[in-house]
Amino acid sequence: MGMQEIKRKFVVPGDRITEGNVRPSMNVIKLGNAIIATRIGIAEAGRDGIKVIPLSGVYIPRVNDIVIGKITDHSSLSWEVDINSCFSGHLPAQDVFGRDFSPARDDMGRQLAIGDLITARIIVFDRTRDPMLTIQDKDLGKIPRGEFLKISATRVPRLIGKRGSMIQTIEQATQTRVLIGQNGIVVVTGRNPEGIKLAVRAIRMVEEEAHTSNLTQRVKVLLNVPDTITTTPQPTEGGTSVTQIEKGQKVEELQSNIQDVEEEIEEELEKGEKL
Amino acid sequence: MTQTRNLIDENGRRTDGRTTDELREIKITVGVVKNADGSAFIEFGKNKIVAAVYGPREVHPKHMALPDRCVLRCRYHMSPFSTDTRKNPAPSRREIEISKVMREALEPALMLEDYPRAAIDVFVEVLQADGGSRCAGITAASIALADAGINMRDIVASCAAGKVDEKIVLDINDTEDKEGGADMPVAYMPHLEQVTLLQLDGILNHEQFNECVDKAIKGCEIVYEIQRQALMQKYFGNETELKEEQ
Repeated sequence: MGMQEIKRKFVVPGDRITEGNVRPSMNVIKLGNAIIATRIGIAEAGRDGIKVIPLSGVYIPRVNDIVIGKITDHSSLSWEVDINSCFSGHLPAQDVFGRDFSPARDDMGRQLAIGDLITARIIVFDRTRDPMLTIQDKDLGKIPRGEFLKISATRVPRLIGKRGSMIQTIEQATQTRVLIGQNGIVVVTGRNPEGIKLAVRAIRMVEEEAHTSNLTQRVKVLLNVPDTITTTPQPTEGGTSVTQIEKGQKVEELQSNIQDVEEEIEEELEKGEKL
Repeated sequence: MTQTRNLIDENGRRTDGRTTDELREIKITVGVVKNADGSAFIEFGKNKIVAAVYGPREVHPKHMALPDRCVLRCRYHMSPFSTDTRKNPAPSRREIEISKVMREALEPALMLEDYPRAAIDVFVEVLQADGGSRCAGITAASIALADAGINMRDIVASCAAGKVDEKIVLDINDTEDKEGGADMPVAYMPHLEQVTLLQLDGILNHEQFNECVDKAIKGCEIVYEIQRQALMQKYFGNETELKEEQ
């Protein structure tokens, strides 16, 4: 069975996805000739082999993930950061103060106090030690204010949406800015408290109904966004003619259905593009 | 053990009206404990059991952590009101043993090496007991682990078989356990075709033993189908069949 023949399929741990000479990717194992799922999720053939997009689970750090964390403690050389995982992040003081950091001269509490929120990138993690973080990059560093909420890390790609469509919809409709960490921590900022409240509600809705189709549409209803097509339909053979002939609700439904399916396929690849 | 009465009547029916090859009614609900990472509620005949999984999470006390893999901690506990006469809530010798065999029954299915220095906690609380609660507990715990999104090679299904009136029967209930000839709980991974738990209380000859194991494994396969459906129902709802057809 070739890789192209594998259709998207719902799996639970132990399920045989396919057999033959295919590469195992995320959340699958190869036993003899068979590829077996190890998580509940959607199995599909990706660029780098057969994988399962998990639908549940806690956050396990990966190198280059952008995460939001809370400073929980610091030693004389590094901060300890809670990144919503079973491993706590370490932010070396040199990362903030530079190479000439001196524990005697520099006051770490002045830069980042316990309780501060930061956006950080994971630079090193091999599971034998705790992940090391950096805030030396564009858009990283301390988050001064905002509404803090946690969602399941498996829902992050859905919240971002295909090319950021979902989160853009929420941001635009509520006049807020939403920071999303791959670890499932979300910070919503904005001038208008009502807007923040509405954005939080929308995010919660995405979290709860992440596996359902037509979600973008329902989020728009919640946010009172006029029912217009924001993303330009991708011209496909046959598809375009339908779009031109029929107008109104039906077309939109079709498009959002297609969009949703595409979203799910590509959301894994889009991970991390936001922020 | 001496038998005081017939547990199988002239029509081949058992004390609760089942045939020798029949399981009790099983119902599994996934995701019942909101604060847990994964959970399941199982009704296995009159057994009512909640299983909750937390983790992978940080190990406390830290010295328990293993450098190369995750520690799995299991707690099987019977509520004071789960039995006819009140059960002392302190962990008994039996509960400690079941916690241990439960851990050993689940461990082969889990890919613990994926989460070094972490811990996975499994809590199994028996709210109502009616024989075979360790099997039902393992069944529920395995679903809770899958619900928690922990990497697993397979799902563990569990079911008992035993000897009643010199006949090998499937899924021993409380009366049959107490008055019958033998009780054999088995946990089984249906895809890998491996047994992860096999206990035996009672005396069986060679043939009876083999028959008993075969029967219990068949029971596990039935249990597995119910486990799978319960998981599918939670995650994919009614779309399950629709998408699978595509």
